[in-house]
Amino acid sequence: MIHSLFLVNASGDIFLEKHWKSVVSRSVCDYFFEAQERATEPENVPPVIPTPHHYLINVLRHRIYFVAVIQSEVPPLFVIEFLHRVVDTFQDYFGVCTEAAIKDNVVVVYELLEEMLDNGFPLATESNILKELIKPPTILRTVVNTITGSTNVGEQLPTGQLSVVPWRRTGVKYTNNEAYFDVVEEIDAIIDKSGSTITAEIQGVIDACVKLTGMPDLTLSFMNPRLLDDVSFHPCVRFKRWEAERILSFIPPDGNFRLLSYHVSSQNLVAIPVYVKHNITFREGSSQGRFELTLGPKQTMGKAVESVLVTSQLPRGVLNTNLTPSQGTYTFDPVTKLLSWDVGKINPQKLPSLKGSMCLQAGASKPDENPTINIQFKIQQMAISGLKVNRLDMYGEKYKPFKGIKYMTKAGKFQVRT
Amino acid sequence: MTDSKYFTTTKKGEIFELKAELNSDKKEKKKEAVKKVIASMTVGKDVSALFPDVVNCMQTDNLELKKLVYLYLMNYAKSQPDMAIMAVNTFVKDCEDPNPLIRALAVRTMGCIRVDKITEYLCEPLRKCLKDEDPYVRKTAAVCVAKLHDINAQLVEDQGFLDTLKDLISDSNPMVVANAVAALSEIAESHPNSNLLDLNPQTINKLLTALNECTEWGQIFILDCLANYTPRDDRESQSICERVTPRLSHANSAVVLSAVKVLMKFMEMLPKDLDYYGTLLKKLAPPLVTLLSAEPELQYVALRNINLIVQKRPEILKHEMKVFFVKYNDPIYVKLEKLDIMIRLASQANIAQVLAELKEYATEVDVDFVRKAVRAIGRCAIKVEQSAERCVSTLLDLIQTKVNYVVQEAIVVIKDIFRKYPNKYESVIATLCENLDSLDEPEARAAMIWIVGEYAERIDNADELLESFLEGFHDESTQVQLQLLTAIVKLFLKKPTETQELVQQVLSLATQDSDNPDLRDRGYIYWRLLSTDPVAAKEVVLAEKPLISEETDLIEPTLLEELICHIGTLASVYHKPPSAFVEGSRGVQHKRLPARAGSGESTDSPDVSQSVGGATEAAPTVIPSQGDLLGDLLNLDLAPPAAGPTVPPSMQLGAMDLLGGGLDSLMGDDSEAMGAGLGSTPAVMPTSLGAPPVVGGGLGDLFDLGGSVGMPAGAYVPPKSVWLPAMKAKGLEISGTFARRSGVIQMELSLTNKAMSVMTDFAIQFNRNSFGLAPAGPLQVLTPLSPNQTIEVSLPLSTSGPVMKMEPLNNLQVAVKNNIDVFYFSCQYPISLLFVEDGKMERQVFLATWKDIPNDNEAQFVIKDCHLNSDAASSKLQGSNIFTIAKRTVDNQDMLYQSIKLTNGIWVLTELRVQGGNPSYTDLELSVKCRASEVSQFVYQCYELVLKN
Repeated sequence: MIHSLFLVNASGDIFLEKHWKSVVSRSVCDYFFEAQERATEPENVPPVIPTPHHYLINVLRHRIYFVAVIQSEVPPLFVIEFLHRVVDTFQDYFGVCTEAAIKDNVVVVYELLEEMLDNGFPLATESNILKELIKPPTILRTVVNTITGSTNVGEQLPTGQLSVVPWRRTGVKYTNNEAYFDVVEEIDAIIDKSGSTITAEIQGVIDACVKLTGMPDLTLSFMNPRLLDDVSFHPCVRFKRWEAERILSFIPPDGNFRLLSYHVSSQNLVAIPVYVKHNITFREGSSQGRFELTLGPKQTMGKAVESVLVTSQLPRGVLNTNLTPSQGTYTFDPVTKLLSWDVGKINPQKLPSLKGSMCLQAGASKPDENPTINIQFKIQQMAISGLKVNRLDMYGEKYKPFKGIKYMTKAGKFQVRT
Repeated sequence: MTDSKYFTTTKKGEIFELKAELNSDKKEKKKEAVKKVIASMTVGKDVSALFPDVVNCMQTDNLELKKLVYLYLMNYAKSQPDMAIMAVNTFVKDCEDPNPLIRALAVRTMGCIRVDKITEYLCEPLRKCLKDEDPYVRKTAAVCVAKLHDINAQLVEDQGFLDTLKDLISDSNPMVVANAVAALSEIAESHPNSNLLDLNPQTINKLLTALNECTEWGQIFILDCLANYTPRDDRESQSICERVTPRLSHANSAVVLSAVKVLMKFMEMLPKDLDYYGTLLKKLAPPLVTLLSAEPELQYVALRNINLIVQKRPEILKHEMKVFFVKYNDPIYVKLEKLDIMIRLASQANIAQVLAELKEYATEVDVDFVRKAVRAIGRCAIKVEQSAERCVSTLLDLIQTKVNYVVQEAIVVIKDIFRKYPNKYESVIATLCENLDSLDEPEARAAMIWIVGEYAERIDNADELLESFLEGFHDESTQVQLQLLTAIVKLFLKKPTETQELVQQVLSLATQDSDNPDLRDRGYIYWRLLSTDPVAAKEVVLAEKPLISEETDLIEPTLLEELICHIGTLASVYHKPPSAFVEGSRGVQHKRLPARAGSGESTDSPDVSQSVGGATEAAPTVIPSQGDLLGDLLNLDLAPPAAGPTVPPSMQLGAMDLLGGGLDSLMGDDSEAMGAGLGSTPAVMPTSLGAPPVVGGGLGDLFDLGGSVGMPAGAYVPPKSVWLPAMKAKGLEISGTFARRSGVIQMELSLTNKAMSVMTDFAIQFNRNSFGLAPAGPLQVLTPLSPNQTIEVSLPLSTSGPVMKMEPLNNLQVAVKNNIDVFYFSCQYPISLLFVEDGKMERQVFLATWKDIPNDNEAQFVIKDCHLNSDAASSKLQGSNIFTIAKRTVDNQDMLYQSIKLTNGIWVLTELRVQGGNPSYTDLELSVKCRASEVSQFVYQCYELVLKN
């Protein structure tokens, strides 16, 4: 099981360590630093690093490495999942997960880590339960605590801890009862030079914000549930009911949670909402290169494509660029060779374009590699897979809640090769 | 107001100030002080001095304060075991608290205090908590058993906690079940054959019920445990699979992968024509694909596992090729894994797509990745025969790009393609030859030379090409030299007329001008072959080569099977059996996939049926790993193969029987003998009683000589002296001494930090020395050394290190490293350190040896002012392993004859003369005889040291 945890910041300092079993010397991290040095980019550090007596499993988030030390055979995914859960919890508690935030709240961090893991076994990782055990720090509470001498540690066993619905506490009360669901879909796609789709898939999630009094029992049904053949549920969802009727039936946790994530694979036809026309050329023997890029909407069911951002890693041989955008702003960093064009909204009547020339190193041969164009965008009020919620019903409680569903489509890893 | 304020006090009397605050009457102040202490602890400052003050804060009804104190305790109890006892009472009291949260907290914390003395007190409260009415307490107690087992395994067994833990598997609460399973699995890991998790259909049923209701982490433990079970038949197997499949839709990827493991294993038992089998195969694909949309670290582990799954059951993911396409901003470790899986999935149906992708990757920026991609094209050609032509033309396109490393890599793989499909693609040789000049990597040059040699008859200017390489023969790497030698010999055999000169040149270069034995030997072999029997040479050198195949990249089937049983573990990430690398897992059991029911299946998967069917028949293609072989042998020896694990107990029983029977019969005999003896004349005893003086004297003598065997005298340990002053070592002061304690040589060090900053990461090394002294373990400085702190370390030494004679003989040069720098010093050890315990010579041998050593080797010394009589001296010396063989008294002068043996086997013989009668004459005379006379001086020094202290 998990032996120890070290937090390492971007400059390679260990700024926090926690041991759940015997103490493991910090020097074990030397092996991690070695691997870090070998990796060219921070994100290229291998996730599992063997050392003579231990294994180091790390995740990188918010520019902090969370390095877990293990000594015996442990499922690595278990460790990685747990580390991500730790980060999520910190973020949940402190708003951000930065070195400063962790140092500012070091005692709460220690209490949390102690509560999340016992002897390397996960103990309480549900945010609801943790928050009952250890109250998140707020300015108001700090002031009140100093005056009244009360503590931010719960004195009672959280009620949900052992019940059949461990994710929900009892005695929840709201004056406004509301349940909101966000259907968010991300398209991952690779488009080749000629504009045809090599692979495209959709990662969808339904995030919920449920603030309902008592013990509500909800059902959510879809217009087209057949789309969802590859799904991962929050533990609250009754799997049998889904298998039989394709209806989501659940007692929700209190507050924000991810109800469902799903995956629409490349075998289904995935609509591609934007297209790119590009012409990036270098000529042998010339120190100039041509750059032309035009974006346009495609299969968006009439919805606007917004917050468009185009980035591209230009070849190392490019010294500078001289481009004119028809809208938005563009920047080029001559050191990292990163071109970034903040387009904004695509107007179908007047397509945005970026045109001009690139300066190459004089005398150098023409660059070997073709830059890949990375596109980010958002489309409100539409789920690109066509998923639609049919209705939401509540049982078990008498009041009438406010209900709402929002749809959004975003670009995930959306890449166009040139 | 944030916690960072706790870090800011760096004033001189920080500890003192904290002490005062901890003893304050005000609760709030106390709590703040404990928080400061915890904050200091997290950054590695040593606040152990505050132990009693912090522990005093433990008895409080403020839960936060209690938790903080517990945090402190867990960290420092080990370094202050005596004081930790102070906390026991509060723990025991808390275990009775009406609030289950406090009961659980107490039992949890007690388990984390890794002090032997405390564990004894823990047993009773733990027993109660394991039967607590509140499931929260029970589940915490279950984990505590595992903790306790880690500290003191024997205690846990003696107290019967393991049985209680087994009972918890049937607990009504799923969380308790999950934790009991987790604890048992962890304990079982250190006892591979203990059969702790005795799985039968009833327990399996309980586990499956708990699986639906416990937390995600609990599900992982239960699934991993289920994977160890072998179902009785295919129906049971199917019903377990049906109940596990819903876990594939879990949001936690570790749960998903553990479920995949169970399914992959149990699927093996299902008949392939069963409908359910097909359904299951279809169900496995989507969750695996979903894993690839997670964070990169998760993707990496998932990909490593998918790599195994694809090799075992390619049908699962055969339609999912596209999800493995590489995105340009994937981390490199994900890219490389995806590439590997793409090749494994490549088939005639999708090869066009794969090749187009690989060609795309070959234009990426990352050189390593590009090379791998080019290599992948070659592997595709070898794997999918129909695609070979397309692969070759893709490679030719890549060569046209003239990107140096792409060209070189392409030539290396084209060589492999030639070896797979001989006489098919030689038309491309011309293009390859154009790029000869740009090759600068040995592997590519060697590949090119191989091609030229192999197809010499089709290349008009082969001799010119090879000759051009020959010019810089000595600057080439061995790989290229060997290849060039072979290629020219091939050329000669094919075109003997024009190339005689060339072959002579290369043979002489290889045999006369080279220092490399491999090259020289190969040169000679060719030379002799060519000069004696050119026909034979032709047969040898131009023999038909075996075709290479794709199988060479596949994991060997027995290993693959074992790895499939370990999906989701570290073993699956490294593609090595767990026995190969997991520390502390003594005698790991090799897991095997279960056999499928129905005899018709055996032809379908020969490796599986073979592994279960019996050890006698070995399929020729499978090379069993050593572990398997051993297992097989064991099975052969024991008549019923199933009896494997039960053998040790039965053997023990046998031993018991023997003893019991033996004792009984002995007793019987005895009583008979006694009965008989009573009647007859008393035998031996009375006679010896009849002559007390003789025996008594003998005994006394023996005692005198045997000296203080039972006495605590022990070896003399000189006081510590400063070896490395702080001035010379940036604030680190090292003083130390040497001791020999019950046969173990120890270097005892005091490390003092006289600098302003914390010191960490200590390590030590010795230079070679006269007696091969070397550290037997690492320098154990576990906690960082804070300013003005001194730490005592004792370092066990071995005498098996490298040997080099030092001047003086007992000089030892030491290097100590810490986070600041490396420091060197030298010290001298008393040679008595090396006197071994079995250094007592036989009298006769002593006499013979004494005579045998030439008189030139005898050295005389005088030990002045020593007020000891011979007996006292003898016993004192005995403590330092200097043994008295005999004593002679001549003219009131006692002569002690003594022997010493050094760790390296050198014997030293001495004669010590003590003036028995005359107290005013206090000088002792010592003569030392030894074959290695250099040590005499140091032996004398030891005598002086020992006798005078």
